[in-house]
Amino acid sequence: MALSAATLEVGATRTEVVLENISRTRLVMYAGASGDYNPLHTDEVYITQVAGYPTVFAHGMLSMGATGKLLTDWVGNGRLTKYGVRFVNQVWPGETLTATATVEAIREEGGVHYADFSVTTVNQDGKPVVTGSATARLDA
Amino acid sequence: MTIERFPVEESHILMFARAIGDENPVYTDPGSPEAAEFGGVIAPPTFTMAGMQFDPDAFLRPKLGEPWFGSASEPSGATIESTGRLHAEQHFEYHRPLVAGEILRAEERQGESWAKESKRGGTLQFEEMFVDYVSVDTGDIVVTARMVSVLPSQAVQG
Repeated sequence: MALSAATLEVGATRTEVVLENISRTRLVMYAGASGDYNPLHTDEVYITQVAGYPTVFAHGMLSMGATGKLLTDWVGNGRLTKYGVRFVNQVWPGETLTATATVEAIREEGGVHYADFSVTTVNQDGKPVVTGSATARLDA
Repeated sequence: MTIERFPVEESHILMFARAIGDENPVYTDPGSPEAAEFGGVIAPPTFTMAGMQFDPDAFLRPKLGEPWFGSASEPSGATIESTGRLHAEQHFEYHRPLVAGEILRAEERQGESWAKESKRGGTLQFEEMFVDYVSVDTGDIVVTARMVSVLPSQAVQG
């Protein structure tokens, strides 16, 4: 079900837990599926002894991918026209990510209706990890 | 990065969807009504990143006969200068849905580069890159990606 420009309002907001208690195995899953095998994300020996971090941390693209679920659950499948984020804090194993999207604008361009969203994903302490924006095509 | 042939396949999309925690049938079940609307499963919004699997030179994949910078019997198997490059920003523009069965190629364009001082990461070296994911069959651009990466001069604190 896609959203309709007639019923959606600026300021409408939606929140969803998109990843819960992130395991190291999930980081391995993401590495294997994406082809990003950077040992920063999966190799405890390398990251603690060579890279100088306390433990492995999640691929930024895992957080962005999970955050995309909130957007597509709301706007419908295949409706996004833009989606962009900044990675503002690292995500560590054991964290739970909650994504929130808010309608910032509803507009018409060349006879097509669009909604612009702001997007923020926070960890279990409310610390933002991903912030960004998205645009989706709406039904009339 | 040059990707001549990035086949977008059902099983790859399934693995990717599971990994990001989004098992929407439009990604995972080719027999679902959700997928039928598009003539097959579609790719999740960030899927084109997995094109890296089809880059013969991808730096972040161990390759036969080459030293790998991750651990084996020793903490690191190679000294490579830019192992600490991190992802700062990622932006996508979707020109149309990407459906399983399509074949893409990726065309890369270098963007700007700049530096910034930061308390958490020391000197930060930023680099911007654009990638067009183009349908091999039709020549149309399906997804345009813009990536900003950063190389901190020290491990990022807190």
